[in-house]
Amino acid sequence: MSLTSIDLSPIFLTLKLAGLTTVVLLLVGTPVSWWLSRTQRRWKPAVEAVVALPLVLPPTVLGFYLLLAFGPQGWIGAPWQQLTGSALSFTFTGLVIASVLYSLPFVVQPLQGTFEAIGHKPLEAAACLRASPVDAFFSICVPMAVRGYVTAAVLGFAHTLGEFGVVLMVGGSIPGKTLVLSISIYEHVESLDYATAHALSAGLLAFSFVVLLAVYVVNRRFRYRIA
Amino acid sequence: MTALTTRIQLPREGFYFSVDLEAVASGITAVFGPSGSGKTTLLHCISGLERGATGFVGFGERVWHDSAQRIFVPPHRRDIAMVFQEPRLFQHLNVNANLNYGLKRTPPTGRRIAANKVIDLLGIGGLLARKPASLSLGEQQRVAIGRALLASPRLLLMDEPLASLDIRRKREILPFLRKLPAEFDIPVIYVSHAISELYQLADWVVLLNEGKVVAQGGIRDVFSRLDLFDYLEEQTGAVLETRVLGHEPEYELTLLGVDDEKLYIPKRDIRVGEALRIYVLASNVSLAIALPQAPTSVLNILEGRVLEVGRPNEKRHSLLVKVDIAGQALLARITQKSLANLALVPGMKVYAYIKAVSLDEHLV
Repeated sequence: MSLTSIDLSPIFLTLKLAGLTTVVLLLVGTPVSWWLSRTQRRWKPAVEAVVALPLVLPPTVLGFYLLLAFGPQGWIGAPWQQLTGSALSFTFTGLVIASVLYSLPFVVQPLQGTFEAIGHKPLEAAACLRASPVDAFFSICVPMAVRGYVTAAVLGFAHTLGEFGVVLMVGGSIPGKTLVLSISIYEHVESLDYATAHALSAGLLAFSFVVLLAVYVVNRRFRYRIA
Repeated sequence: MTALTTRIQLPREGFYFSVDLEAVASGITAVFGPSGSGKTTLLHCISGLERGATGFVGFGERVWHDSAQRIFVPPHRRDIAMVFQEPRLFQHLNVNANLNYGLKRTPPTGRRIAANKVIDLLGIGGLLARKPASLSLGEQQRVAIGRALLASPRLLLMDEPLASLDIRRKREILPFLRKLPAEFDIPVIYVSHAISELYQLADWVVLLNEGKVVAQGGIRDVFSRLDLFDYLEEQTGAVLETRVLGHEPEYELTLLGVDDEKLYIPKRDIRVGEALRIYVLASNVSLAIALPQAPTSVLNILEGRVLEVGRPNEKRHSLLVKVDIAGQALLARITQKSLANLALVPGMKVYAYIKAVSLDEHLV
């Protein structure tokens, strides 16, 4: 069996899913983690617990409830159908939303930790130099949080690459639409096509290692002293 | 001359912060008090970093905070700049970018302060390309002061800017701070718990204790008040305005003049003819009703007249006597027994004995 005979579409689909999910995660995770790092409200622990749920829940549980919510009568699926005219379950969009929820703690937690380490002092200094809160956030906080962002992006990306249970529940395995790498490997094993499963698995293993290695190397170079 | 009005109430852990202050913002106004007296709270109310207070803060025509009318102007729109106890430089930016941070956010028409003048005065021209982490604390603080100045604020707030520095660094920055208001025409509110800093810098002083204003006024008036003895305790003293008359290098002494009276202090590098403020601790001043009969080691014997005799302090053993020396007030701290022996009453002619070595600037 040669590489060219393997259907590569699950690989591209997986990269597309992980990439898009990471972008959405950073956009959603920034305000959430910022709020968590600043707030003193009583329900902060409740929000933290909800964000952390995917860490402990079996992916099938999350997937099961998302499947119900995404359905044509579900509380997300129904309004989505009205708004866009298309269904959410068993679609790529549904997969992205599910992946975002599933990988949220991997982005929120490092960002929250970084924002907490930066503290309020540099922002107070910026506020006393004519910088509005939004200006100070982008000119001071984001650059100081580079390491946190790199870590968050890579963890979010890598975690989405490896997801299985949630995708299986809400996405099925429609080739080209929702058949991602992990499921493709599972199906090759089921049909006793070990050679293809090997090739894909080894590829994923090597890729994940290289990405994580890159993060740790980059992190060493961006070591700002946070005063 | 712009007036700064601060009428603020704020419950704080341990005390209730309640300040009613009308200050003419010109030159350096010092806010003095022990730690925990509410100095930083006051600055944060003026800057807008403290949002929980009720009351009124106004600067000239502008209202920055009026809780009755639900007005609260956030710090970045108050036309102020603040220097903190720690330099708080932005670690990801080099010195030049730190200096330009506030400048870039100041409208071109509001940029009154020339960058090269600030950089020259602070002596930070050689540091521009460096990152803050590679600078000494003293260098960092000078950059922080420059950064605040370049934002061309209408009011500069300084929260113990020298407190984290050692004596050498303090002496490096103090002369620059002294020149600030005149060089750049910016009023400064300067918070400190060190008398050594404020008597050299400030013209107007506000004394805080447990969230309340204890006294305020011109620096010489406040520090010659007898009723602040229980508050200032062993730091009690008077500020004298002097002029440098000459140096005696063979003895490492400098001779000062207070009008016609003369005063030796340990040598300082100040040119003859220049003005110098000194702080004379009340406990370093002895009083006598006559000149010594035989030679004495005390170099400074100043003739004066008793103005006022204070009440004994909390510990009851000592009290303050205010003496007029060539038109300026000097405080002497003496025991009740000495008072009885000398039978001092206002109007009496006395001689104040002050050891030159006790006038070392580092003792205060």
